[in-house]
Amino acid sequence: MDASVATPPAAPPPASAPQRPAKGAVEGSATWRLSDRIGLAICWALGLLFCAIAVAITVYLFIQGIKFLKPSMLVTPAAAGFSQTETGGFSDALVGTLILAVMGISLALPTGVAIAVWLVEYGRPTALARITESTIEAIAGIPSIVLALFGTVIFSSTALGFLSRSNEGVVFGRSFFAAAAMLSLVALPLIVASTREGLNSIPPHVREASYTVGKTKAATTRRILLPASRPQVATGAMLGLGRIIGDTAIIVVLLGATQNFAPVEDVPFPLNFLRGAGTTLTNFVYEASPTGNLNQPQKAYAAAFVLLLMVLALNGAVDVVHRRARKVGTWSS
Amino acid sequence: MEFLKSPPPPIRRLELEDPAAARRVAPPAHPANGNGSSAPGGFTGARRSIGAPQFSIRRMEIDDVSVSYSNRDAVKDVSLPVRQGEVLSLIGPSGCGKTTLLRSLNRLTELTSTAKLSGRILLDDVDITLIEPTLLRRRVTMVFQQPNPFPMSVFDNIAYVLREQGSRRQRKKTLEPAVHSALDRAGLFEEVKDNLDHPALKLSGGQQQRLCIARALAAEPEVLLLDEPCSALDPQSTQVIEDLIVKLRDDVAVVIVTHNLQQAYRIADHVAFMYLGDLVEYNSATALFGSPREKRTQEYVSGAFG
Amino acid sequence: MDEEYTSEYGPRWSDQRVERMLGVLVCTVVGLLLAMIVVVLIKAWPSFAHNGLAWFGPGGNVDDQLNAIFLSGQAGAEYVYTFHAWPLIWSTLLITGGAVFIALFSALFVAVFIVEFAPEWMSNVLQPVVRFLASVPSVIYGLLGVLVLVPFIGNHLVTEPQKASVAGVISLTGYSLLAATTVLTVMIAPLMVSIFSDGLRAVKPGWLEGSLALGVNRWRTTWKIAVRTARPAIVAGTVLAVARAIGEAVMLAMISGSVGFAPNPADGFIFIYEPSRPLAPTIVKNIDQLSSPPANATLFAIAAVLLVSAAFLSLTGWVARRSMRKYGAA
Ligand SMILES: Nc1ncnc2c1ncn2[C@@H]1O[C@H](COP(=O)(O)OP(=O)(O)OP(=O)(O)O)[C@@H](O)[C@H]1O
Ligand SMILES: [Mg+2]
Repeated sequence: MDASVATPPAAPPPASAPQRPAKGAVEGSATWRLSDRIGLAICWALGLLFCAIAVAITVYLFIQGIKFLKPSMLVTPAAAGFSQTETGGFSDALVGTLILAVMGISLALPTGVAIAVWLVEYGRPTALARITESTIEAIAGIPSIVLALFGTVIFSSTALGFLSRSNEGVVFGRSFFAAAAMLSLVALPLIVASTREGLNSIPPHVREASYTVGKTKAATTRRILLPASRPQVATGAMLGLGRIIGDTAIIVVLLGATQNFAPVEDVPFPLNFLRGAGTTLTNFVYEASPTGNLNQPQKAYAAAFVLLLMVLALNGAVDVVHRRARKVGTWSS
Repeated sequence: MEFLKSPPPPIRRLELEDPAAARRVAPPAHPANGNGSSAPGGFTGARRSIGAPQFSIRRMEIDDVSVSYSNRDAVKDVSLPVRQGEVLSLIGPSGCGKTTLLRSLNRLTELTSTAKLSGRILLDDVDITLIEPTLLRRRVTMVFQQPNPFPMSVFDNIAYVLREQGSRRQRKKTLEPAVHSALDRAGLFEEVKDNLDHPALKLSGGQQQRLCIARALAAEPEVLLLDEPCSALDPQSTQVIEDLIVKLRDDVAVVIVTHNLQQAYRIADHVAFMYLGDLVEYNSATALFGSPREKRTQEYVSGAFG
Repeated sequence: MDEEYTSEYGPRWSDQRVERMLGVLVCTVVGLLLAMIVVVLIKAWPSFAHNGLAWFGPGGNVDDQLNAIFLSGQAGAEYVYTFHAWPLIWSTLLITGGAVFIALFSALFVAVFIVEFAPEWMSNVLQPVVRFLASVPSVIYGLLGVLVLVPFIGNHLVTEPQKASVAGVISLTGYSLLAATTVLTVMIAPLMVSIFSDGLRAVKPGWLEGSLALGVNRWRTTWKIAVRTARPAIVAGTVLAVARAIGEAVMLAMISGSVGFAPNPADGFIFIYEPSRPLAPTIVKNIDQLSSPPANATLFAIAAVLLVSAAFLSLTGWVARRSMRKYGAA
């Protein structure tokens, strides 16, 4: 016999980690009690019901959306009129949603990432860290209508009059600035949570390696840790964006909920819009529904469809980010 | 017929109506106490004073079994008997398919979707594919390579088995004796008796492994599969486990995978050496370590001891 | 590298400086939350002070009260604060409670189904679908409710005799408890399913395998090991969903019927067809009354109740999760 056969393999395969038990495994019913069987039946029934409802909702919204959405609606602003043909489209709402998305996320993203970095990398004193954690968690649980009411107090103060329209000393307090500020609070917890997850998944030896070569904590964070957790930061941003474009209460209260842009006069270009009132797709859907002031169900469906496509795109983006991150691989700890 | 008078039979022990069914095993060639008598293979360590098996009954029969993971063979045409009254040890280099073979004995390979098994495995002459998996796994229980106590208290970890296998809900009080005895048999009771409510995951690695053994014992199995039970243990707990295994061998058929050849030598009655999925040699411990028939066995056995 | 370190990150981005800057930011956010709590409570104070505990009790027609409060602020006359919010609270309890109860039960089963029992292809499809449904804006659910469910209830479920039986008190049009609870359930269930199934998926496979290897069947392994271990995630998901449900304003404003009426279970089964209006939608509906000081205080009082409930909720969740962690990993 060849001696080389007997030498053990040079690199033995690692002890195989337990894997999730496969689903299809055969299992008879001998040890299944009656309650187990009933449970499984309920499980299947509810699972299938859930599928049915999900399919019904999605398909119905898509059919209605495709049926009623006309390209012209995307470029014509809403107008006063008596019939659905005279009242224009919802271009202002669409642009309003985009503006708020950009403003909201550009406020929330840096803040959220900074808070997450502080929590994971610094976190001293511990008491403050714990308080911050609870604060973020609490913000996630605060109804957006309460945030909106709070916003009216802040932004009606004279000191912040430059952020909205003011009239003879009375500050209106409703503007894109006001809405974006409060919407960023809605997105904040998602971004913090996601970024923390990313930073926490980096094993300590990576940091130690960087400190060993004389990098500061700040440099390490900026050059190594944040780039490494880019997928999670992006996911957080996307989830946050989803919440921002989907919120209605803050818009109704803090954006003035007009049907069109209401720019402030005597102010240079972008500021006049941003300090003025406006509308978004969610607000348009609300107003165009039978309980709203416009009552144009068909346009409501069309606007809802556009909104839905945006959400779908964000979800798709999250999936792509995840898949790409998995392909690149992660640190081995 | 001395063994018939030995300790009371455990639950679900095989009925021995015809004592002749138990095949008598010839006493080993060398003195069991091994005071200084060295085995030819360079094994100077003493075999435990366990003596030869008093009897042995063939419980499981592995017949031409092959297992492949998505067409990559992990176990190839292995045939082995598993006997009650004896300890069978599987040895071999890492990745040679020991765990895979062990898992196929209670159909755990079926939980891996890529695994495919061919051949036959019999338990008391019944093909195990004909036995309902959950019932089979209650009779043939496995302790895993990595300790996996449940995230519950120590008590609940053991009681889980009893509760789930019983047909009705039992109260804590009625479970206590069984839990205590299982912990005791695994040599853990003394260490944890004061706080059985302690989270199992906060035990040390060795304690966790013994808890897993206790959990398996609480199920009162007929065949006990141990996958490197001592790899995380200190010498003292290892000894506890080894004593336990030797004590158990009359009541349950024990199959143990180990990388520690000394250990295999100390406690096993039969040893199977596997290499890259093949069963290279199966023989009594003394023969396999003393005078291996195959060159590969000899190299592995001696190589490991330099 | 060295150059970069000294010039770019040395003086300007020293660790202490960065830490201090981040610390200031964190304190600002914490301060903002505290300020919000304080501001809301201060603004709400007149309303609570005038009504005492009766604020939470029944008495009179809430809508009339809100109107009177608003008008008193306009006229410049003496402010009226009398407000008995029971119908709104009762409506919140019924709608939120009903929706959370149904959603919790079914979401748990659906999550178990997706993670443990559905065929592989089905879970692969369902996973993104669940996340999609969880991120659909609530106003879209509201739109579906108004345009599909409400007419269906109004035209097909509520019978003429039923409408007649309560004709003098309230009119049954389809805007109802049933519609609100159903749509709210459909809205929060995907959120729960998504968080629950993440929790179930994170259960260590070794535990499941260990249980299966002891001959415990699939169902009991799932229930006793997987669901048990995932309890913190289940609590977290439930807390988040309840918070969403309590705070949901616009969607419920669209379909609850927007009447300050307390549906009465004593009316029999018919009460699920009765309209009402929970707390949060009341703020939305009366938002243009903020300029009237007493109305302003009343709306902030409602917001304060929501805020305190939310805080209480996350505290409960925190305590519950803490006690469950005892036997969990590490
Ligand atoms: N779930 C799996 N999927 C695919 N291949 C697997 C799986 N489990 C084991 N294998 C492969 O099967 C072969 C045998 O593995 P097995 O775990 O049985 O080895 P082992 O003898 O127990 O090794 P060790 O001594 O390291 O525990 C190895 O090549 C391994 O890579
Ligand atoms: Mg192994």
